[in-house]
Amino acid sequence: MVKYIIKRVISCIITMWAVATITFLLMHAVPGGPFEKEKKIPPEIKKQIEARYNLDKPLWWQYQDYFKHLLKGDFGPSYRYIGRSVNDLIEEGFPVSAQLGGVSVILSLLFGIPFGIISALNQGKWQDNFVMFLATIGITIPSFVLATLLLYFLSFKLGIFPSMRWGTAKHYVLPAIALAATPTAFVSRLTRSSLLDVIRQDYVRTAKAKGIPDKIVVYKHALKNAVIPVITYLGPLVAGILTGSFVIEKIFSIPGMGRQFVESITNRDYTTILGLTIFDSFLLVSFNLLVDILYVVFDPRIKLDN
Amino acid sequence: MDLNFKDIDKEFFEYIPKEDKDLNTVVRPSETYWQDAWRRLKKNRVATFSLFVLIILILISIIGPYLSKFDYRTNDINSLNLSPNSEHWFGTDELGRDLYVRVLYGMRISLSVGIVSALINFVIGVIYGGISGYYGGNIDNIMMRIVDVLYSVPTVLYVILLMVVLGEASLSNIFIALGISYWVGMARIVRGQVLALKQQEFVLAARALGVKNIRIILRHLIPNSMGSIIVTLMMSIPSAIFTEAFLSFIGLGVSAPMASLGVLCNDAITTYRTYPYQLFFPSLAICIIMLAFNLFGDGLRDALDPKMRK
Repeated sequence: MVKYIIKRVISCIITMWAVATITFLLMHAVPGGPFEKEKKIPPEIKKQIEARYNLDKPLWWQYQDYFKHLLKGDFGPSYRYIGRSVNDLIEEGFPVSAQLGGVSVILSLLFGIPFGIISALNQGKWQDNFVMFLATIGITIPSFVLATLLLYFLSFKLGIFPSMRWGTAKHYVLPAIALAATPTAFVSRLTRSSLLDVIRQDYVRTAKAKGIPDKIVVYKHALKNAVIPVITYLGPLVAGILTGSFVIEKIFSIPGMGRQFVESITNRDYTTILGLTIFDSFLLVSFNLLVDILYVVFDPRIKLDN
Repeated sequence: MDLNFKDIDKEFFEYIPKEDKDLNTVVRPSETYWQDAWRRLKKNRVATFSLFVLIILILISIIGPYLSKFDYRTNDINSLNLSPNSEHWFGTDELGRDLYVRVLYGMRISLSVGIVSALINFVIGVIYGGISGYYGGNIDNIMMRIVDVLYSVPTVLYVILLMVVLGEASLSNIFIALGISYWVGMARIVRGQVLALKQQEFVLAARALGVKNIRIILRHLIPNSMGSIIVTLMMSIPSAIFTEAFLSFIGLGVSAPMASLGVLCNDAITTYRTYPYQLFFPSLAICIIMLAFNLFGDGLRDALDPKMRK
């Protein structure tokens, strides 16, 4: 177990390094440079700016300098907002995004798993068809379409929920639904198929033969094994919610990291793009690590070697 | 001892009754894998209907714009934000451009983005996965480590970064960005298939006959894993379309006056309260395309690879 964790941690570190390096090189390969605007800047000023941000130094120097700061958790200054660092932006945006994302993850598990169970227990009946129909819709409708539909009907037509700003519990509802729709659909599909697999296994039949009531067999015996695939889906789930937040936060003008990311793209704020990408991938990689470890803890049948 | 056939007493033999003989003849012509799959696909009503819808959508997006007298780029100051009417079937946008033609052009862009980037990632993924699976050992190890690294970060992030680096948001840049980001899943599938197939006798036979490695991969291993490759390919089309819409929506899509469906949605969102139809038509188009591709892909998976069925 310890050996496995160490191995995974090392591979995570390599992944992080590779992602940071690739992103760094990509951002420095952008043609034109960050301070090129419609208006021509006099060469002296340009030189000054470049010296200020160390852009006149050779690439490898900038690279090792960036990494030195990165290891201390310093993402450097933003090119766009004078006097603010990328760390400031993250400190501002991350709590908002994390709250919204957390609510969405919980929502998608809270609805996805029961829907999957209902569907699997009524295989072939109308409940099953209905849930699978909803799941197909949830997977196919892009989140921004769903978000705008929700905005139009629930916020504009009926006026139940606010469409903009951020703060009270009511503000969470629409963006969280829009973010959670696709993951919910995936979770319910996954739960359904894995529960269908599990209830055909011998140990479930044994339990039934011993006269244990169906409900207990399903919820106590079968479900434990059926949710294991859902645990492995947690990694992609969080990744989906993270990228989904780019669009959702933009639509609902939520001051989170997703919106900052989109804004930094429109502003061509390269250090912010770089920093947020590294931060996002750091989150995801460590989350995936956590999921992998949880997976082994939950399912002792998994062989750690190989 | 030399046994001669003629020496054996004929009494040891007897004629097989005619019925037994008939039992062993093949009555029906044997079906190839593809015929079998096609038969299964035809039985799946949802999938055939989706295929039908897809063909119609492709035809509409090719022919449709010519049925209207408007084009997608001409502004008309006399007809701003018109509701759908007999002239402008889907209404007009804030610059007086005909929305019907724009939605159809958007569909054309979305469909071509899906298909072209799927083909690019098919080529890259098949070659990469084929080489990795066939050669195995250290080559496989290194190649798969690279795939693992790419896999652990969401594809959308790469596509965004690539679009930022490529600068101008043209259609060909979108093809490039999507094509070189989406092959990872394909490479994994192909590698898995090749790993399983290369142990089989026909590969050994080909090798014994002196067939070159590259030829074994291209002529023997890849055609035999075509089923799962096509399924993966079909599934990657809607995700490419989705990513393109996503990119357009956050401002990295094709540039004006061209518009993909994502751009149309994004343009409409500022005015959705007053002109909801401007949002409705492109959204509907995206949903239909995504739904048709997903359902057809599901059906194709069931038909080509019944074991993968869930």
